[in-house]
Amino acid sequence: MSELQLKDLYDGFRNPDTIRSLAKQIAREAEKLEAPLRIMEVCGGHTHTIMKYGLPQLLPDSISFIHGPGCPVCIMPKERIDHAIALAKMENTILVTLGDMIRVPGSKTSLAQERAAGYDIRPLYTPADALKIAKENPDKKVIFFAIGFETTTPMTTAVIKATVEQKIKNLFFHINHVLVPPAVDAIMADGKARINAFIGPSHVSVIAGAKIYQPIPLAYRTPVVVSGFEPVDVLQGILMTVRQQVQNRAELEIEYTRSVTMEGNTKAQKLIETYLQPRPHFRWRGIGDIERSALELRPEFAYLDAEKLFGDVLPNEPIDDHKLCICGTILKGLAKPMDCKVFGKACTPNTPLGSCMVSSEGACNAYYRYQGV
Amino acid sequence: MCLSIPSKVVKIDKENNTAVVDTMGVTRKAGLELIEEGTVEVGDYVLIHIGFVMNKIDEEDALESLKVYNEILEKMDEQERENLVLEDDNCGTRGS
Repeated sequence: MSELQLKDLYDGFRNPDTIRSLAKQIAREAEKLEAPLRIMEVCGGHTHTIMKYGLPQLLPDSISFIHGPGCPVCIMPKERIDHAIALAKMENTILVTLGDMIRVPGSKTSLAQERAAGYDIRPLYTPADALKIAKENPDKKVIFFAIGFETTTPMTTAVIKATVEQKIKNLFFHINHVLVPPAVDAIMADGKARINAFIGPSHVSVIAGAKIYQPIPLAYRTPVVVSGFEPVDVLQGILMTVRQQVQNRAELEIEYTRSVTMEGNTKAQKLIETYLQPRPHFRWRGIGDIERSALELRPEFAYLDAEKLFGDVLPNEPIDDHKLCICGTILKGLAKPMDCKVFGKACTPNTPLGSCMVSSEGACNAYYRYQGV
Repeated sequence: MCLSIPSKVVKIDKENNTAVVDTMGVTRKAGLELIEEGTVEVGDYVLIHIGFVMNKIDEEDALESLKVYNEILEKMDEQERENLVLEDDNCGTRGS
């Protein structure tokens, strides 16, 4: 195994010959599989690589991919997007958020449409810019609509820390940070997707450590391989899951040893714990309510919490997706984009009906881009 | 694309707790708030995510990765190269 990895690094993460030879090796070893392997790649970054490099076509029929919920923009329910819009419409307010969030439709409009209508909504290159914008606009409320998985959470908390320490009075936070393990657990507990292996996201693990996946192999006897985003990384991750299955093992393994450790970045983890705590409930688009699957500000920082401070302008009713959109079913691993009636017709990246098409990490977007629909 | 291109630390500003890094010829600033003080030094290789240093990576691994990325980038002009590096960082603007 180590010999193969070293060779791959020198050959290049995208070398067609390496990709083909790895695919062949997977096919050879997959012959020993007793049952088909249904691999969920949790992260949208992996979905992107799988579709871009046509990996399903390179692999035997006994291996299939189930695209997971790991796209923070895709899983954001419409009522939360409506929150962002309602906050942006308050007087003397600047709403800031990460780029992809801007285009996602809420119940009626998107942040992009509201920005075009004249509201001050700004995409951030880095959360640190929220601090800068607040300092430059002392007479305005600046609200940071914070999104993302474990990977982006510590960057938000670094800004919260600076806000507290520098006693900045006009920067507030609407926290939508979500957690990978509870979502994976919800999908497994549901059981309908019949997943028997996972490719785990590497960037999340750089921060949170691969240890966050440890309960999955134990609870569901399902292998988890934390893998990088390059095609060679993904293929090696697949090879490792095939081997586990053939040898009747269900373990947590790390393919992406270049950056991922079991422990992760403990300073970042402590920073998160200082300012944020699990929410009792969070509704995921398509998947529904999952207990303790997202974070919120700790009570001692309630004075920074936009959700509490401006609660009177925030709509609270859950809002379902467009009735023709099956994004939710796709996020649960129960359907593929082609199963959707409006995919590539009424719903395209320019006219997205649902979040799986909006985000460049969404499964529908990846299929549309790389399958030449 | 989430390429995870390694960046080399070229300068550290202790007062503001930031670093100046070089990502394949593109110079950027990154926060050091997520890194234990004193663990990242000039010359080290790091991964950057939405404007923050996320971790330090082994020099040997970083150089191997950079060699591969360089081969890809050699075929691009300067603008394309800069776009690719920025797009790599955009990985984080999707929050994942």
